[in-house]
Amino acid sequence: MSSATHSSTPDATGNLLRNLDYSVLQQCMHCGMCLPTCPTYVETGRERHSPRGRIALMRAIADGELEVNADFGDEMYYCLGCLACTTACPAGVDYPNLFETARAEIERRGVLDTPKRRGVRWFALRLVFTRPRLLRALGRLLWLWQASGLQGLSRRIGLTRLLPGQLADLEPQTPRIQRHFSDALIAPIERPSGPARHRVAVLTGCVQDLAFSDVNRATVDVLVANGCEVVTPRAQACCGSLHAHNGDVATARELARRQIDAIDPDSVDAIISNAGGCGSHLRHYDHLLADDPVYAARAATWSRKLRDIHEWLAEIGFRKPAAPASASATEPQRLTYHESCHLCHGQKVSRQPREILRTLPGVELRECAEATWCCGSAGIYNITQPETAGWLQQRKVGHVQATGATLVATANPGCHLQLENGLKRATPAGAPVPSVVHPIVLLAQAYAAEAKATDPSSR
Amino acid sequence: MSPPSPQPAPRGSLPDLFLRDLRAAFPESAVLTRHEDLIPYGFDGTAALRQLPGAVVFPRDAAGVAAVLRLARTHRVPVVSRGSGTGLSGGSVPVPGCVVLCLGDMNRILELDTRNLTLLAEPGVITQRIYDTADGAGLFYPPDPGSMKISTIGGNVSENAGGLRGLKYGVTRNYVMGLEVVLADGSTVWLGNKCVKDVAGYNLRDLFIGSEGTLGIITKVLLRLLPKPAARQTLLATYASMDAAAETVSAIIAEKIIPCTLEFLDQRTLRCVEAYAKVGLPTEAEALLLIETDGHPAAVADEADRIEQICRAQSALAVRRAASADEATRLATARRSAFSALARLRPTTILEDATVPRSELAKMIRFINETAARHQVEVATFGHFGDGNLHPTFLTDERNQAEMHRVEAAMKEIFDYALSLGGTLTGEHGVGLAKKAFLPRQLGDPTLELLRSIKRTLDPDGLLNPGKIFD
Repeated sequence: MSSATHSSTPDATGNLLRNLDYSVLQQCMHCGMCLPTCPTYVETGRERHSPRGRIALMRAIADGELEVNADFGDEMYYCLGCLACTTACPAGVDYPNLFETARAEIERRGVLDTPKRRGVRWFALRLVFTRPRLLRALGRLLWLWQASGLQGLSRRIGLTRLLPGQLADLEPQTPRIQRHFSDALIAPIERPSGPARHRVAVLTGCVQDLAFSDVNRATVDVLVANGCEVVTPRAQACCGSLHAHNGDVATARELARRQIDAIDPDSVDAIISNAGGCGSHLRHYDHLLADDPVYAARAATWSRKLRDIHEWLAEIGFRKPAAPASASATEPQRLTYHESCHLCHGQKVSRQPREILRTLPGVELRECAEATWCCGSAGIYNITQPETAGWLQQRKVGHVQATGATLVATANPGCHLQLENGLKRATPAGAPVPSVVHPIVLLAQAYAAEAKATDPSSR
Repeated sequence: MSPPSPQPAPRGSLPDLFLRDLRAAFPESAVLTRHEDLIPYGFDGTAALRQLPGAVVFPRDAAGVAAVLRLARTHRVPVVSRGSGTGLSGGSVPVPGCVVLCLGDMNRILELDTRNLTLLAEPGVITQRIYDTADGAGLFYPPDPGSMKISTIGGNVSENAGGLRGLKYGVTRNYVMGLEVVLADGSTVWLGNKCVKDVAGYNLRDLFIGSEGTLGIITKVLLRLLPKPAARQTLLATYASMDAAAETVSAIIAEKIIPCTLEFLDQRTLRCVEAYAKVGLPTEAEALLLIETDGHPAAVADEADRIEQICRAQSALAVRRAASADEATRLATARRSAFSALARLRPTTILEDATVPRSELAKMIRFINETAARHQVEVATFGHFGDGNLHPTFLTDERNQAEMHRVEAAMKEIFDYALSLGGTLTGEHGVGLAKKAFLPRQLGDPTLELLRSIKRTLDPDGLLNPGKIFD
């Protein structure tokens, strides 16, 4: 065991794993409690594909027993980053830190580098997802393609089959872009009709903004309905989660600084995220910018005030929607809830979405097996590891179908698309496909139905 | 516990011909030899023990196991068997130049016989699955080691694992009716059957239970099941002193009540468990007893009342009952996380397993605390109070040589004291590597020599998990 010799002296080559506080690695006492919760271990039954196995590899690198090589790189990109192991871990291992450090070291060393991979990473991480206006312009183009019927046409005449292999597989998964993005739907400041009890800022996200701006609208609706004054800064940038998870920490830091510039954490009571994956990253700005002399203090405030929307609503005691008079007669709609990994494992928000779903009139919540298991979306995992992502998608869809639910609630755009595509594929022709919806959209709808029932002037 | 070696563990090398034959006999995915693949098989759940194997092989059936053993014999390669690698005495930690025989791919439940109340499983089946399968048929598999969600039944049998229900229901040994074992020469034997009574020949089945992979490789396990208890009730009692908790245990037993679970946690453990599990444990208490009674509903109600009275009479600060089966499960699950949760406090967590007759419990606890103080080491204690099985856990840092020496000195005294009280070094974790040095003291020469002669008979080449239990 070489652990006694190295840990305190910084590694001259700048190896990020060697420079990591060794006690973070030691925290794993390899008891194995994580094994049954790790999808890749369950898939293969091989220890290197398990959390404790991956940590052992990182520790071997820190100990100088193993080189950072392509094999290690592949392993760390085979990890979903779903963080199920962190919920299972009694010892409190900081796996997100280890995972992001390992991936950053892999990128620093370029062990997986190919011209194509470099190009894709540059285009996605450095170009599109750092420039909110460019991203929205691309979103607009995609919307035109879809709205004009060209997408449908090219699918019908088989044009999409001319795409190279993997792209052709992915093409049907392209998210449906919304006609209006968040800035068109949400005013910069919206106030409740009565006195405001809280002042909050809403993060509109990037993919969420293009594909699910309705979720953002619903988020503002329920906040206003619960006495919050809502500030929504314009043309928000990506939160940097994509970058941090993919080894580009420098860009992640830059994007975090921009978020903090856009929203002064001291000016609001809470900063609201409605996407599980983003929220999980946004909560850790304190850690990400800890060494930044200018931003560290504000980042700490930011992290303290960051709330997932469900968490915030539960915290302030949200108002339960009243059942419209007509609803009692009809059969309740059966709903199940799929937990976004980064909402339940990353942010430990698991109880609150269910509290909200249970208050919905005319809806019966039926739990599905393995609700906390990854659906295979995992950021861009369904693009990088289509096989494992597909296996997880089928497993998830099977559990959802077993509940007989016609509605599936989930609170993350990646999961949303993955479930929608999986359900579409798995539902026999002619049968109704269960619809996927964000819990907050359901709550907003329930409030709206209530308002209609009580307000005779509306239809 | 051996101290961490100063150098990186040498990479075990295997004879080329052995590897060639192994690769010829198994599919590519069943033989691991790359450095990155081997590193995660260099340890189990035991702290500070590491050794790289030369290869890992995953057979799918007894014939595959026999093939590995024959090749190993031909090429003189040691074989270390392994399930999920959750052991706590280094039983499945590789030895230099060995092949790890991992039974994880042999994971089928072969039969659930509800007429004879038995279950036949391959060794790689996860213990929890056995419990769930029995439960689904209204039956009950009682042994519940802390790691049951991930440990394998083969590993449980090889270590004779215990658990929280040992007090009333016994340990793994009490539920094994039959075993299929592949011997060192590659031959396969069946020991036992579905008969409740069977006195034909020596009872060799028991010889293999708890043999830690040193005598043969278990390839099938026939388990005894019980009818599921109709009712359960869980109680939590808190105390201002460990002594009062220990006295309560003696009083319950003296009242001729045998609860199914009688667990103890000290304050340090309590706080770590609560930090992880958040089940509302009272972290201000010095000591906590987690008590469960099960059986006929009327008996459970009566026992729960009497237990509550005894707790109060023994000056419990508070006694609380779990409101639902769900809450009871959450409490038991939280307790099962105790060992790992303690890892929150210090970098290295060394778990011990000293066990004493129940009547000596209070004395043993006091001694552990005094010894820890005298050697200036941190100890948290929890365990199965009802059966005298304690888990004093050293919270330390393997990089601190001086502190590790103090830990070893304290540990040695605790072992000696447990033995002087008529106890044992290990109640349920096994000897493996971690307690090997202390075993001669407990067994004495003639007994140790008997063990050795059995080992020589069954494993004449000394290739099955060599150097474990004894040299």
